[in-house]
Amino acid sequence: MKVITDVVCPFCGSLCDDLTVKVEDNVITDIQRACILGHNKIAGVCLHERIESPMIRKDGELVEVTYEEAIEKAADILANSKRTLSYGWASTSCEAVSKAIQLAEETGSLIDSTANVCHGPTVLAVHEKGSPAASLGQVKNRADLVVFWGCNPVHAHPRHMSRYSTYARGFFTKKGRKARNIAVVDVRETDTSKLADKYVQVDPGCDYMLLNAIRSVINENEDVIPAQVAGIPKEEIIELATMLKEARFSCIFYGMGTTQSRSKYKNGDAVSSLLYDLNQYSKSVMIPMRGHYNVTGFGQVANWETGYPNAIDFNRRLAYYNPGETGASDVLLRGEVDSAIIAAADPGAHFAQEAVRCLAKVPMIQIDPYHNATTELADVVIPAAVVGVETEGTAYRMDSIPLRMKKLIDTTFKSDEEIVTDLIEKVREIKGGA
Amino acid sequence: MKLEANLITGRTAYQGSYLEYKTSPRYFEECAYCELNPEDLSQLGVSEGECLKVSNEHGEVIVRAKMNSGNPRGLAFIPMGPWANAIVDPDTRGCGMPGFKGVPSQIEKSDKEPLDLKSLMRTYCQ
Ligand code: SF4
Repeated sequence: MKVITDVVCPFCGSLCDDLTVKVEDNVITDIQRACILGHNKIAGVCLHERIESPMIRKDGELVEVTYEEAIEKAADILANSKRTLSYGWASTSCEAVSKAIQLAEETGSLIDSTANVCHGPTVLAVHEKGSPAASLGQVKNRADLVVFWGCNPVHAHPRHMSRYSTYARGFFTKKGRKARNIAVVDVRETDTSKLADKYVQVDPGCDYMLLNAIRSVINENEDVIPAQVAGIPKEEIIELATMLKEARFSCIFYGMGTTQSRSKYKNGDAVSSLLYDLNQYSKSVMIPMRGHYNVTGFGQVANWETGYPNAIDFNRRLAYYNPGETGASDVLLRGEVDSAIIAAADPGAHFAQEAVRCLAKVPMIQIDPYHNATTELADVVIPAAVVGVETEGTAYRMDSIPLRMKKLIDTTFKSDEEIVTDLIEKVREIKGGA
Repeated sequence: MKLEANLITGRTAYQGSYLEYKTSPRYFEECAYCELNPEDLSQLGVSEGECLKVSNEHGEVIVRAKMNSGNPRGLAFIPMGPWANAIVDPDTRGCGMPGFKGVPSQIEKSDKEPLDLKSLMRTYCQ
């Protein structure tokens, strides 16, 4: 039996790096310290049905083929398309992302990550105003006020609160939960809001107004605030603003409640402005609650290789970026896409219906360990190893800290990185011969 | 009787724990439901487990009813996934992000059953 310590969990952006996994005869028999999400993902590698063989759709049905046939067919689709959408790449390693960007560049594709339906607006907000950030270690050691705005870590990042935020004991926060106040802003009571010292229930879509009302209080202009803003009485707004102003070190963790609701990127922009004001009085930082474990890594790799974090269009043979125009959903809705390669993500399940309908119409290549909604629409399916369990690789935590994921068990499946490398080679062969 | 509601979608730990096992019936159970305030449910004459039709200008979907007293009245929540996304707002309004939260919708009782994952995805291929 092998006992592997300090295993990095490949599920959410918390990227917990303290798991212990036991392996017997190449089967995972025990996982310690993972939450339900991480546990099910790691245990599932040996338990859940996998895509066992490469497949190609023939007469409406997916039929098993050899790996070489699948690569050939996929490369053929890529080499003969004018506007391929390459999408996903968030639940995989930075090494695979780097290869995916190379493939996109060589095929003149548009490449986007799952940030498109997640923290894409946060990226825009950062362009507008910047993001005074910190590592999660700083939050653990220093924060005496943690605000969860439009996020529900009890469900989406279950160990975040014990490792880095609410309950974490650090150098200046030895008393853990007792050392800090917790505030939650959401549109409905959640399992996270139940644990808060202060819960503020904002009217749906009105976060931007509330953020600016808080700024007015911080800037000592509270006389301009009406009796109620965003469904919240003035006294409560003053209370929340005072908590922020009086904290020694506060962190606002913000989630989909800000990026997906009415004001979208303007919400992140307003958080940033709020921090600018707050930092005249105390120390305050903001960290997005990134979902997929390496969606942050996609942004890092894309930034250093192309200069842009996502939604990168190579159609003009140079990197062009204009989310809203080059976002995955946007090109799909405009009906421009004539083929797609999807890896380590499931747009079939997570895109809006109109975008899924457009995806269903074009030849699509899927690289994934598991059968999911996208598989139902795919024309070429290539099974992959699970990164962080069956292959190693680098991932970036939500605070942009890189961690090395381990290989826990052996597999016969190829890694995303190997598959994309084979695809690049085949595409070059086809194009070279043309 | 139709209820005018504001639809939001999002993660739950249970939906998330079946993300890598979407062919499982548990994934279906953890996604194909709509949470409403108990008073909204009783106004519709629907008990937990019965079916609801949630519709708006983007489409319609059948899901099971679930009670959540944490929801204010008029707020409907469907876990993120294919059922929710059948009726979210695809328009990104120039910033790349579709409208996954805050979609005005109508909710009523239905005697139809929710489609399973395969059947739902098949509707996109027609
Ligand atoms: S909180 Fe996230 S990274 Fe940590 S164990 Fe759970 S799923 Fe894995």
